[in-house]
Amino acid sequence: MEIAIPQSPVAERENYLNAKYGVWSWLLTTDHKRIALLYLLSITFFFFIGGFFALLIRLELLTPAGDLVQADTYNKLFTMHGMVMIFFFLIPSIPATLGNFLVPMMIGAKDLAFPRINLLSWYLYIIGGVMMLHCMLTGGVDTGWTFYAPFSTNFTNTKIVEAGLAIFVAGFSSILTGLNFVVTIHRMRCPGMTWSRLPLFIWAHYATSIIQLLGTPVVAVTIVLVAAERALHLGIFDPKLGGDPVLFQHLFWFYSHPAVYIMILPSMGVITEIIACFSRKRIFGYHFVAFSSIAIAVFGFLVWAHHMFVAGISVYSALVFSFLSYAVALPSAIKVFNWTATLYKGSIHYDAPMLYAFGFLGLFTIGGLTGLFLSALGINVHVTDTYFVVAHFHYIMVGGAVMGYLGGMHFWWPKISGRLYPEGWARLAALIVFIGFNLTFFPQFLLGYMGMPRRYYDYSHMPEFQVLNVLSTAGATVLGVGYLLPMVYFLWSMRYGKPASDNPWNAAGLEWKTASPPPTFNFDEEPVVTWEAYNYEELDAPPHTQEVPVAR
Amino acid sequence: MPDSTLVGLHHEEEHHPELLHHFADAEQQRDASSLGMWVFLATEVMFFGGLFCAYLIYRRWYFGDFAAASKTINMGLGATNTAVLICSSLTVVLAVWAAQTARRTLLIVSLVVTMLLGLAFLGIKGIEYTDKFEEHHVPGASFSFNNVPIPGRPGEYANPRHAQIFFSLYFVMTGLHALHMIIGLGVFTWLLYTAWKGRFTPEWHTPVEIGGLYWHFVDIVWIYLFPLLYLIDRHP
Amino acid sequence: MSAHSTSSPLKMYFAVWIALLAGTGLTVYAATLDLAPYNAAVALGIATIKATLVALFFMHVWHASEKLTKLVVIAALFFLLLLLGLTMSDYATRLWS
Repeated sequence: MEIAIPQSPVAERENYLNAKYGVWSWLLTTDHKRIALLYLLSITFFFFIGGFFALLIRLELLTPAGDLVQADTYNKLFTMHGMVMIFFFLIPSIPATLGNFLVPMMIGAKDLAFPRINLLSWYLYIIGGVMMLHCMLTGGVDTGWTFYAPFSTNFTNTKIVEAGLAIFVAGFSSILTGLNFVVTIHRMRCPGMTWSRLPLFIWAHYATSIIQLLGTPVVAVTIVLVAAERALHLGIFDPKLGGDPVLFQHLFWFYSHPAVYIMILPSMGVITEIIACFSRKRIFGYHFVAFSSIAIAVFGFLVWAHHMFVAGISVYSALVFSFLSYAVALPSAIKVFNWTATLYKGSIHYDAPMLYAFGFLGLFTIGGLTGLFLSALGINVHVTDTYFVVAHFHYIMVGGAVMGYLGGMHFWWPKISGRLYPEGWARLAALIVFIGFNLTFFPQFLLGYMGMPRRYYDYSHMPEFQVLNVLSTAGATVLGVGYLLPMVYFLWSMRYGKPASDNPWNAAGLEWKTASPPPTFNFDEEPVVTWEAYNYEELDAPPHTQEVPVAR
Repeated sequence: MPDSTLVGLHHEEEHHPELLHHFADAEQQRDASSLGMWVFLATEVMFFGGLFCAYLIYRRWYFGDFAAASKTINMGLGATNTAVLICSSLTVVLAVWAAQTARRTLLIVSLVVTMLLGLAFLGIKGIEYTDKFEEHHVPGASFSFNNVPIPGRPGEYANPRHAQIFFSLYFVMTGLHALHMIIGLGVFTWLLYTAWKGRFTPEWHTPVEIGGLYWHFVDIVWIYLFPLLYLIDRHP
Repeated sequence: MSAHSTSSPLKMYFAVWIALLAGTGLTVYAATLDLAPYNAAVALGIATIKATLVALFFMHVWHASEKLTKLVVIAALFFLLLLLGLTMSDYATRLWS
């Protein structure tokens, strides 16, 4: 289905990659596409750091005895795995890479509203990342990524303040990205690009930005309070003073629950684009999908205490949050129905992006449904702090968000790099990821339900758990191979891949109406939109007719 | 959104020197900047909101202790600071109006007075903090709050541990507010410099407007901090 | 960009300024009265009126040409109240059982 252009001997057309050369042209760029690539490199780096910690965790859990690392070290391993993966990989991943690259192009703009703030965003991310690296190299943190008080404020002697400040700075990066997207989507749409014609990727990023803007400041101030309590002995959460550690949890989870929607919504946006393209159909229920993104953003702020059912909150409050947690599943379910309806009677093409989308559909659904199990107070009491919870969130964050991220990287790779990746290897990698993922995390549902606690390095009092743990570790190895393969062939394709045409997938969307890779200001002429989103009937109708003059 | 018939022609129109390249026209740039500042202020609402949440919960739990602690901070200075900030908000709107109506002198004077009032606010805050330090009301090892009666409950004395929570919140909330004031002074220094250079015109004075929005927000936070921290129970 | 005459905003600004100062005096005075249990409500009520005046007239939300500005303000307040209200719902009901 891809259309490759034979390499021509004429001089390479100017695009955003070759417009300027030199390190400073990258480090001082305000081009959203270059900033997206800066982010791509950085988050890939942190992904492997987080993955390294995961590897050590899984190696320790191969045997029931705690024989690889000491208990304190293990505490640091799962803490650093969580902090790095959540704050330095998942939260920025799609918005800062694909979002930064595509949002202006999808709406027909030349750049984001505030290009210099975009660059500042990346520098803040890097500063936060360097602080976190330094923290890890000089001892790390052992509180779990959730750094609950009073352990984090009064008892641990690890580097909470430094880790907290690193996350604070990275959080500011996240806020600025969200601010940029909201203003861009409101103010910079090209003529004819009404809200109802926006790609659903844009709606997803708009909803994500709302969460980033309104949630992150709360965890930021919580970090300030924890740092103040540790460094200046200003006690707010200290039980010795009459402080309430549960208050910390309220303030922490007020952000950290919506944070999971920051991690999944962009991926849903990617999946929507991929499913439409590879079914050759417009999305079923466009407005339902669009408004469900906003609904997830709003409802997501109403459910945070479902992380605290056993922490000592009032039963009546728990009932309310349990009910609301069921309600928040509805908009996600609406999306799954609409994606499925889109597939129905579509002309399905099984290219690599679509394989990731199929993986997403199944794994996100499982992850989401197990969330409903967790929302039930009775089950929650039984499986809290067990591997059931670990499996639940990994199904959504890895089986959902990371699959969507990989699918999106494949889908837009021709646009970003001007090259085609090798399709055979890509399909193989997708399959390896899917198998590896399920082998890693499905056993963990069973382990959790049978009672294996999370954050334990030694389960020698329950040696019957070893078989499932070994399966899980084996799966993690396979998963690691699946993640390495795209690194290799994407890099390979930048030099040896077939050059891509403007629209190798014959996909809908303004980004496909400009060159691959695009020129620095995205379009040679500002587009004027007169067609609806996902106009696949027109795109597939022979012969192709161009409706308006657009970039060439 | 820009008019579609002018697509591709905007290079030929008069290019305002302050217009950034990625915007279609000055109006889009101004609307984007304004929306950006409003959205940023929304994030600041949530930032302070977390502190107000903690404050409200502990005030409810330890009302008597909080009332006792609140009575020891200087209401006169707090009220003066409130008036100082209100006056500074007035001078800010005067600055914006001056920029809108090309009154350069008034603009510069308004900006200077605003900054002086901001400095006055910080100075008064410094006096308050010094008083608290001398009275051993700063949380930490040297905190002491013994035998302070709870207002309205004769014979009862405040629990020093709970009072320490009040003072922790007092310092964090007013400290964070003061930090925002300092940042505001930095922003206004730049505004003053730019106004002095004559760059603001009725057609383009967006930084003054959005700088003003930020200043007003900092004022609004204080409008809530003052009664919550200083006026819990001032019955004589 | 303002379509209003240039003199009327000044009168409005000074009127709001006087109202804000008066509100400050009023809230200090009210704190000295024994209105329990309404002291807090009165203080917060006056503060809210003052804040609203600043937002509507000094920050020009009242005459905002864009509905979006008002939407951003309302959204921020909504989520703030959500944070305060839902958290309080835990603390307020802990002793019920």
